[in-house]
Amino acid sequence: MEKIAEQKIIEDLLPQKFGKQGVIWVISLLAMCALGAYAYFRQLYYGLEVTNLRDYVSWGIYISNFVFFVAISLVGSLITAVLRLSDVHWSTPLTRIAEIIAVSAIAFAGLIIIVDMGRPDRFYNLFTHGRLQSPIVWDVIVITTYLLISLLLLYFPLLPDLKIMIRYKDRNGKYLQKLYEFLGSFWKDKPEQFKITDKAINILSITIIPVAFAIHTVTSWLFATTYRPGWDSTNFGAYFISGAFLVGSGAVLIAMYVFRTHYKLEKYITNDHFDKMGKIVVLLALIYLYFNVNEFLVPAFKMKKSEEHHLMGLFTGEFAIAFWFAISTAMLIPILILIFKKGRTPKAAFVAGILVVVGSWFKRYLIVTPTLLHPFLPMSDVPENYKHYFPSWEEWAIAGGSLAGALLVITFFARIFPIIPIHETITETNEHEKV
Amino acid sequence: MKTNENSRRDFLATTLIAGAALAGCGTKSPFTPEEVAEIIPSGEMVKLLSVDGEIIEVDKAFLKPVPEMPSITNEEARIGIQGKKFAMVIDLSRCKNLKKCQSACNHMHHVHPGQNWIKLNAMQEADKTAPYWQPTTCMHCDEPPCVKVCPVDATFKRKDGIVLIDSDRCVGCRFCMAACPYSTRVFNWEEPKLEKEIADQPYNCETSVPQKKGTVGKCDFCPDMVRQGNLPHCVSACPNGVFFFGDILEDSVTNGAETFRFSDLIKDKAGYRLMEDLGTKPSVYYLPPVNRNFPFEKEASEGKA
Repeated sequence: MEKIAEQKIIEDLLPQKFGKQGVIWVISLLAMCALGAYAYFRQLYYGLEVTNLRDYVSWGIYISNFVFFVAISLVGSLITAVLRLSDVHWSTPLTRIAEIIAVSAIAFAGLIIIVDMGRPDRFYNLFTHGRLQSPIVWDVIVITTYLLISLLLLYFPLLPDLKIMIRYKDRNGKYLQKLYEFLGSFWKDKPEQFKITDKAINILSITIIPVAFAIHTVTSWLFATTYRPGWDSTNFGAYFISGAFLVGSGAVLIAMYVFRTHYKLEKYITNDHFDKMGKIVVLLALIYLYFNVNEFLVPAFKMKKSEEHHLMGLFTGEFAIAFWFAISTAMLIPILILIFKKGRTPKAAFVAGILVVVGSWFKRYLIVTPTLLHPFLPMSDVPENYKHYFPSWEEWAIAGGSLAGALLVITFFARIFPIIPIHETITETNEHEKV
Repeated sequence: MKTNENSRRDFLATTLIAGAALAGCGTKSPFTPEEVAEIIPSGEMVKLLSVDGEIIEVDKAFLKPVPEMPSITNEEARIGIQGKKFAMVIDLSRCKNLKKCQSACNHMHHVHPGQNWIKLNAMQEADKTAPYWQPTTCMHCDEPPCVKVCPVDATFKRKDGIVLIDSDRCVGCRFCMAACPYSTRVFNWEEPKLEKEIADQPYNCETSVPQKKGTVGKCDFCPDMVRQGNLPHCVSACPNGVFFFGDILEDSVTNGAETFRFSDLIKDKAGYRLMEDLGTKPSVYYLPPVNRNFPFEKEASEGKA
């Protein structure tokens, strides 16, 4: 990193007001959220009838969106915890990006589960009548824990930055100043305070790894604990976790590019960062590909009768286009782009990141839906529309609204707080100079 | 010595239960025609709602007071009928796909139009094997996958073997529907279309009526009928006697007209259960579709339905 004066770093990294693009972005996200909210109001009023979910396909894009959110949130633990504990320093400017993606995604994962419930008004039953034997209750427990740890991992490194921001009273305006003071006025940059937070962050970094594994393993068990072809797999936990790290890292690539170009952060999110993150994505895509080979090739070799309809539907049948699209956009093409040095330049890596995230969203859809269309017994004595599934506009609006909501949380966070840790950047620059 | 004592106690218990069952069947059997001739019309007419939903007028003298049914609390409904272990036997060789079981079930439980708790599957294991009709109810498994996954204990297994749903507790997550390998569960996607009198009834796990929006429903083995000593609606509705219902501890099943020793029936006709390899241990047994009473006519029966 170049030598940059402390004052310059602060000025570069302080949160900036929305420009014209920013305002348009926020308004369009708000519009999507409003449409989603209207669709959800309709769903509350008329019941899940407004969805195209029916008795056979009883889980659809709400659940696949939930799996997607849980998956993408795992990146927080990868960048903040795994890289931190392995003493990797180049990732410091990316930690807050990863952590806010994690917090916002896991919060919306929780919301989308409530959206999927037939009786959201009875949500409290999970606490008054909760059965510890049910994987859903495990999921509720680990997701809440993960959200809490992620919030703390977001908050503790923010404290020294809050102190810096409180200094810029005129720039902040009345409300933000109050918020910063509320969150961080007790922070005095004392060595003891640093000692405590460093220790806390270390402990949290260690605890978040098993919790992160738990959230996605348990999410995979919502499927793997059933008998259904396509879900009944001992491979599912590892398959889900490897896919989760991949999609989260893809999302980080996108966010890196957007923040870098929009806030002119080229000096902080450097080409080197894209190079290194690109390599990580290649590794993760290869691992995920490995688990996909296990997940599909082994049952396809045997072609048990119950699996046959499901597998053939994916390989050559009604889901073939979506299946091969997801496999190639989530894994094959990003690997081909990012494996070359030229592909790890910011723009190319950004494209690869988008491919990973879009492909992964479809991948989650393909994990949930096709299985439900291939029950053990024939689909009999049901109306014709029970035998197919394509989401209704309400489902698209709600799923789209939840994605927009997650992006909105990230956007507002970057408006209010420095998206690249100021204090840590200064410290690391100083250390760099000493060497 | 101890084994002797046990077997003696078992014997006594079995005899007592059998005796009670016989006494129960004595006068109130639904299959003996009513002695209508003895009743003298009073001339006073009463308006009633028939089973077909039509308003009919009947002479008051023909009306018999229905014995008051003890109201079952939720706790009692969750425990079940003591000393019983219910099972069903479905004789596939007798099924003609008339769907009388289905319509009776739908009618009595006010199942949402288009949905069915009993489904009739046209089965054919392989190209060259014989096709047959297979009615499926809830299997009331002894290792129920649905009960295992329920996060709120809304679906539960009773001591008498019946798996029920508490629609006042169900949160509508539909995990049970994903878990059930027999695809037996249906969901109330919208507000159930019920007449006001039905909709206003207090919900009871044993009647499964009225169904509630946003919750799961399924075949309940009609525990309300069974508690009164009657057969489930599908059993009494089937004109071909396909369905047999009974108590495994009593070792007897009946379709109303015929009664068999359960173990003999299963042994003699090589009864089996669906998807035995999954380890769900269903309470519904099937008799193989051998020497069928009716030819398999898919087109004809589908046209009729």
